[in-house]
Amino acid sequence: MSGPAQVAAVAATAAQVVVVAAGAPLLVGVMRQVRARLEGRAGAGVGQPWRDLRKLLRRQPATPAGTGWAFRLAPLLLMGTSLVLAAVVPLISTGLPADPAADLFAVVGLLTLGTVVLALAAIDTGTAFGGMGASREITILALVEPTILVAVLALSARVGSTNLAAVVTATLHDPLQVVSPASLLAAAALGIVVVAETGRLPVDNPATHLELTMIHEAMVLEYAGTDLALVEWASSMRLTVLLGLLTSLFLPWGIAGAGLAALPLAVLVLLVKVALLGAGLGAAEVFIAKLRLFRVPELLAGSFVLALLAVASSFFLA
Amino acid sequence: MTQTPYPLAMDLAAGLFLLSAIGVLWRQQLSAMIRLLGLQGAALAGIVAILGVHQHSLELILVAVGVGVLRAAALPWLARRALGDSPAEARETRPVVNVATSLLAAAALTLLAYAVTRPLVALAPSPATTILPAAVAVVLIGFFTLVTRRRALSQVVGFLLLDNGITATAFLATAGVPLIVELGVSFDLLLVVLVLQVLTTRLRTAFGSSDLDELRELHD
Repeated sequence: MSGPAQVAAVAATAAQVVVVAAGAPLLVGVMRQVRARLEGRAGAGVGQPWRDLRKLLRRQPATPAGTGWAFRLAPLLLMGTSLVLAAVVPLISTGLPADPAADLFAVVGLLTLGTVVLALAAIDTGTAFGGMGASREITILALVEPTILVAVLALSARVGSTNLAAVVTATLHDPLQVVSPASLLAAAALGIVVVAETGRLPVDNPATHLELTMIHEAMVLEYAGTDLALVEWASSMRLTVLLGLLTSLFLPWGIAGAGLAALPLAVLVLLVKVALLGAGLGAAEVFIAKLRLFRVPELLAGSFVLALLAVASSFFLA
Repeated sequence: MTQTPYPLAMDLAAGLFLLSAIGVLWRQQLSAMIRLLGLQGAALAGIVAILGVHQHSLELILVAVGVGVLRAAALPWLARRALGDSPAEARETRPVVNVATSLLAAAALTLLAYAVTRPLVALAPSPATTILPAAVAVVLIGFFTLVTRRRALSQVVGFLLLDNGITATAFLATAGVPLIVELGVSFDLLLVVLVLQVLTTRLRTAFGSSDLDELRELHD
């Protein structure tokens, strides 16, 4: 790789990581604000998640007696996987230097690694809530991962590569592909699993601390101070990366190629797209209730069928 | 017309057609099932209309209008009238096969449909025949709904799915269905639904429920 191209690629990666890390709490803030306004409340403002993080980051972490390395390492590993995800997924540029790592299976593996370390940490605390939350999270994970794999496989079948950047580039070159049945079905399936994976309604309620219904909150119950800040920040980054991945796969316009010049515009377009998607998700959450835990597998089985149909149609209708 | 939008529109209509059949299996609210049935009727009319526009055939477009009026409006309206308004009757509470399993079964049936129609599609590959598997899949899913649901009304919906699938197969696989045959089939269908509607109402007034399994126990 020549000098200027290398500089551009490194700049793109840096910009992407910084935008995701700084923007993730703001995205959560936007979603909460939209929800608050629609419910007739004033809301705490878009910057509130950042203020919470700043407060938590100043405090000492406290670890419960009897917990081991799994509990201590989990926030760091979760943050680490989220940062790597933010660096490899093609959000603002398709010419990232970590491009070979942006393979579909690697990305899903990184996502799963983050979820699994958090579940292990929850079991490590030895409390009833932690174990319950971990068991629920793993149940959902076992249904979500195959759906993500199958849905993105449907998109990669026409490109002939499971590399995400290659898929995005192919969609950029042939925009009509976005409205093909395979793409629409995969979009619906991925939308449902992203909602399930990030613990939003109707699978999990991020605003509740009711013991019997929580999933994500039950797992992070024992964390405090810096550790809690890392877990919450990493979770919001995962949400941002997944929403960004959705926009990259299905609305890829504005993503920069290998050049440096298009980067500012690409960042702006990404911000607008993810903010709109997040606001839409926040608005939709006002109108739906949390699903009973026993009916979640039905929802996820439905999304798996959609993904399977997407694969079938990408092979048979092509 | 240009060639690019035609296969795409065909694929989209077929996707909607298949998706609404799967939606019927997914939802347990009878009113939602009937809405999806109307959507499927509209998709079927769309398929026929696209075929008609592509072949420049006024007859097919008229048939599409007829199909749309019957299957997207009249039949769902009749089914809704049979629904009644007691809350106990509003849901398919305990299907023979639970929802998650029946969705997986629907996926398997779809793959089966793709597998068995491959030789048929290979005979004359065209945008119309490549979506033949979707029509066959709807036939299979309709049959599955008919077998695994307990309420009289959801069985009617399953029967209508089955018939939508058969009609779509007929339009896609053949050069064209004669208008008189299509009229006869439609009239038959209307009569069947009317009879089943009367049957459901009688069932409810006699037993207070439209669960067809009660009917079998009465015989024993």
